[in-house]
Amino acid sequence: MERVILIKYGELTTKKGNRNFFVKTLSENVAHQLRTYPVTITKDLSRMYITFQEEHLDAILEAINRVFGIHMYHVAYKMKTDMKMIEETILQLAKEQKFSTFKVEVKRSDKSFPLSSLEFSAHLGGHLLKNIPQIKVDVHRPEVLFQVEVREGYSYLYSNAYEGLGGYPVGTQPKGMLMLSGGIDSPVSGYLAMKRGIKLEAVYFEALPHTSLEAREKVITLTRKLSKYTKQINLHIVPFTKLQEAIYQNIPSEYNITIMRRMMYRITEQLAKRYKALAIINGESIGQVASQTLHSMSVINSVTSMPVIRPVACLDKLEIIDLAKKIDTYETSILPFEDCCTIFVPKHPVINPNLEDCFKFEKNFDYETLIKETLAQVFTIKVVEEEQSTYQDLL
Amino acid sequence: MIYLDYSATTPVREEVLESFIRVSKEFLGNPNSLHRLGVESRNLMEQATKQVADLLNVKANEVIFTSSASESNNLALVGLAEAYPKRNHLIVTTELEHSSTLEAISYLERKGYQVEYLALREDGTIDLVDLEEKLKKNPLLVSFSEVNSEVGIVQPIKEIVALMKHYPLTFLHVDGTQAIGKIETDLSGMDLYTFSAHKIYGLKGIACLIKKEKVELEPLIHGGKSQTIYRSGTPSVALIVSLAKALRLILAEEKKHYEYVKELNEILRDHLKNHPYVMINSPKNASPYILNISIPKIKPETMIHALEEDEIYLSTKTACAKHTDVSLALKAMGKDQNIASSSLRISLSHLTKKEDMELFLKKLNDHIDALIFERRED
Repeated sequence: MERVILIKYGELTTKKGNRNFFVKTLSENVAHQLRTYPVTITKDLSRMYITFQEEHLDAILEAINRVFGIHMYHVAYKMKTDMKMIEETILQLAKEQKFSTFKVEVKRSDKSFPLSSLEFSAHLGGHLLKNIPQIKVDVHRPEVLFQVEVREGYSYLYSNAYEGLGGYPVGTQPKGMLMLSGGIDSPVSGYLAMKRGIKLEAVYFEALPHTSLEAREKVITLTRKLSKYTKQINLHIVPFTKLQEAIYQNIPSEYNITIMRRMMYRITEQLAKRYKALAIINGESIGQVASQTLHSMSVINSVTSMPVIRPVACLDKLEIIDLAKKIDTYETSILPFEDCCTIFVPKHPVINPNLEDCFKFEKNFDYETLIKETLAQVFTIKVVEEEQSTYQDLL
Repeated sequence: MIYLDYSATTPVREEVLESFIRVSKEFLGNPNSLHRLGVESRNLMEQATKQVADLLNVKANEVIFTSSASESNNLALVGLAEAYPKRNHLIVTTELEHSSTLEAISYLERKGYQVEYLALREDGTIDLVDLEEKLKKNPLLVSFSEVNSEVGIVQPIKEIVALMKHYPLTFLHVDGTQAIGKIETDLSGMDLYTFSAHKIYGLKGIACLIKKEKVELEPLIHGGKSQTIYRSGTPSVALIVSLAKALRLILAEEKKHYEYVKELNEILRDHLKNHPYVMINSPKNASPYILNISIPKIKPETMIHALEEDEIYLSTKTACAKHTDVSLALKAMGKDQNIASSSLRISLSHLTKKEDMELFLKKLNDHIDALIFERRED
């Protein structure tokens, strides 16, 4: 008997007007994740069905766990809508498992089927009771729930349920520009932004030789890990050395970080516009460091009118770390390389910066020219999930 | 030359050696260094580690590289004992084991551990009833070789793993040195697994211990995190790469090689089964890669040296236990002293040619005739 993966969309179903667009995006994303397997994907407005070869099942389920917009999925038996066939299959499925209480739930959309949903549930329940000794029906808390979807042509039967990632399919929102530092928080923020359907572009500030090429490699690795959830992420690398040195030379040290963040926001906004991103996304978490107090945020944020999304703003560090571990970025994030935010750190960074002071200090040097020059030197790396193995000939 | 000692060690594969040389020349950085050269070495090492993990269906962080299967066995046994001091100080093993396992266990015995040896069935396989009896005492560890190195006995891993599932306080260590690349192995259900590169046409000096995530080990060599925290010392990226490559190549052809070697083994058995002076010690269900025989009237060393004159090379028992006279494995299988003290191990490979088999058999016959005749004259 053929098995298929049956996908339920979840939050998507509330989006009445855009449903076609959401479903189409989701199925493209699923197709992308399953591109290396011989599968067929069919969909309607409430369900997606994937046929597969049994030996690929584990890998395929793992791939499905990387697609946002899936609420729940099942590995289901598919059979002709025929009462005898359904009876036989449910009995076979029940005999494969050990349980003492169960419930059968039928959803009938094929109105030509002779029994109603309730009648057919009762009928199948009775069929199991008759054929398997010592089992009971428990409608409230069954150990095993058999679900039958009776549709025109084919019916589906399953007793398993796997939770998907939830959220919306990546690409159902416009792009956002993620500020990726190499730390623990920003990759998690990128992940959470994608969960809401945002397609990511990423920006990384480096100050060679104060920061190293290894730090850049690390950020590329993090981007690669994020790109598992989407098709590709463009990583824009900003050579920030001149600006950073100018800040170090011209700004009182306690305001170094504040002004630096203001410069980064300005550049990120420009890049967002250049690549048609509608929001800035970053890993700021309220109160975590001096530049992330509400005072600092408001002073830094005031350089842009673009929405700044801070998905981890209200999470505790440990909650962020849990997520980082879940998406496998944690181990990379804690590699000990310096980034722009850790070099030239003042002993006593200001925690309640004042906007007027920022204006005053920024007059000390011609940052606008420096920003223009920096923007002209930005270069982009297209990061995809698969690392090109340069060593295959050796291994 | 006819080499029939592949269970002692194998010749290195050209492609493996090539990788070793290239990596030695081109990746000079210490993988623990932070600069670009170090990062490149580390990236390569991590890819090699991942390849090993993928081939064995385990996780990359479950792969520990060591210098030899002996080190892997020591790390598994001693490392485990030291990591779980509060568990029952009892180790269960068989008398068929390699000296690195038996000696590590005897070290632990001196530290206060008890050891119990499993009863064996006639074919040398572990008596599962006895195993279950011993498991009821919740030993810290059961350790045995998947394929015995002297006789080729193949242990019923699946049944043992299934049985041990009911005993969560007991770890399972399997020495797969003579099994990997030869017979299909499933590492699920094992906590620790040993194998070595030089038995699969890799280089000497590199081996592996697979340690499942949930298992704790106290390192034998302290020095902080290197390739893993369980084994310090600057990793030899070139050796690690060579192991990964040797493993990939051998697993790709495992089934094909098995069928061929089985044919070779049958040729040997056919010729020797009715020989008046030769006893076949390896049971029918043994690994085809190993055929253990005894010629009770001839001292094994004499035969080894006689064959050596013809450039034919094989072993008495295992290479690593040559200084004792009697095969403990054969004794453990219940063979008498005469047989146990006169055994020869013929170990085969996909590289062994059929015509070499015939030449070997002819020479063996000639020497038997000559030596037995000489003895009669004595």
